[in-house]
Amino acid sequence: MEYTRELFQGYQWVFWAGAEITLLVGLASLPIALVLGLLGAWSKLCSIGPLRGLAVVYTTVVRGVPELVLILLFYYGLTILLQDLIAFLAGSSEPVDLPRFLTGTMTLGLIYGAFATEVFRGAYLAVSRGQIEAASAFGMSPFLAFRRVILPQMWRFALPGLGNLWLVLIKATALVSVIQLPDLMYQTNVGRMATRAPFTFYFTASLIYLLITAVSLIAIRYAEQWASRGVVRKI
Amino acid sequence: MDWLWELIGQQAQAGCMAVQGGFVGLMGEGDAIAGNFCRLMAGAWLTVKLTLISLVIGFALAVPVALARLSRNPLLNWPAVAYTFYFRGTPLLVQLFLLYYGSGQFSPELRELGLWRGMFREAYFCALLTLTLNTAAYTAEILRGAMLGVPAGEVEAARAYGMSGVKLYRRIVFPKAMRIALPAYSNETVFLFQSTSLVSLVTLLDLMGVARDVISSTFRTFETLIFAGLVYLAISFLIFSIFKRVEQHLMRHLKGAGGGEGQSAAGGTKA
Repeated sequence: MEYTRELFQGYQWVFWAGAEITLLVGLASLPIALVLGLLGAWSKLCSIGPLRGLAVVYTTVVRGVPELVLILLFYYGLTILLQDLIAFLAGSSEPVDLPRFLTGTMTLGLIYGAFATEVFRGAYLAVSRGQIEAASAFGMSPFLAFRRVILPQMWRFALPGLGNLWLVLIKATALVSVIQLPDLMYQTNVGRMATRAPFTFYFTASLIYLLITAVSLIAIRYAEQWASRGVVRKI
Repeated sequence: MDWLWELIGQQAQAGCMAVQGGFVGLMGEGDAIAGNFCRLMAGAWLTVKLTLISLVIGFALAVPVALARLSRNPLLNWPAVAYTFYFRGTPLLVQLFLLYYGSGQFSPELRELGLWRGMFREAYFCALLTLTLNTAAYTAEILRGAMLGVPAGEVEAARAYGMSGVKLYRRIVFPKAMRIALPAYSNETVFLFQSTSLVSLVTLLDLMGVARDVISSTFRTFETLIFAGLVYLAISFLIFSIFKRVEQHLMRHLKGAGGGEGQSAAGGTKA
């Protein structure tokens, strides 16, 4: 205890405070990404032309532009847009302060929704056609067939991709520090500036990220085993 | 060679200025993008340069790491596992700050070793080193997976012909593994290209760095970021199309021979 206090010069709290926000940002943006991914995959596979086109534009643009550009564009762009809107409606220029946590998680969710789209699309295509035909032969409506037959099998095919997505997402949360969201990266910067030990601080932060990754890897393995519990292993 | 580079540089700058003049004439004197077109393009050039250099050195580094990762000798295997796990398990931003700011903690020692001036003190060196080490770790994993995907029968056949060691790898394993690795490697290249935008956070004036600079002087946040985004998008597409060409070139002997081999290549990428 005494040693850590000396090592971090009383700034060890930055890691606890930061790791909590990092995990919260990651856990909050994951469901957004999953929902957008399911919607995106559905749009890409549906028969409505414009919707398909929209999904293709969404995944192409988001995956072709760096996350940093998108995060800044979202945060500052929305701020300016709201400011202009208020100025236009009320006639006075009020400084707008967007909720950082909300904007940060929404942006990350939007970015990784594009990656989730590809994962879900691949998983849907991996479910055998016969299963879907059998479901409709039983008189299930498309929605019921999706819920009872396709989705439970899709999970199994989607899990490796989704696990990967989570690992990339949790690392990408470090970028929200540029919009002053006090995550692990941001707090580590605070510690670095207050002390004269930048290496100690960044190295410790990297080990915390590594720990999150390691725990996630174990959890993903269990989830994959659970999802394939009804499947005979060939090897 | 220097005079040639200088000449190319001068010509490029002159050409760029002419284009910028045209844009300013078209969009007006006060336009943020038109007025800073040359600076933004110079930034884009730095982005491309960082990508290319770290890609080449990273690949050269990834081959021995992948081989060490496949080795049964724990003295080779363990360091390779630790290296790839660390660089793949932590954010690039942390790695970048660790090298750029973190090296300051050891500046007396680094100065003593002659690694400070012109090296760890410079943002460019630190950025390049981080990007290289990062992409090398990801590439090593891709190569390892690809080498494991080389059909055992091909290796056995090569051994039956009396090939072993370097010759076996040079003639059979590497060429096959490259084909298997290509789709994943093209993804990694695009990811690397996009993540170079992080170097703007350690004061470098890459495309993103110039864009941030333009924003702080003109306050045209929207236009500037969208322009930068479009340039990134265009170059990402270019990289994908180049890789598609290379892929077609490498697979040209499979044309018309049925999907047998192509299928095994696609299966290998997943592993």
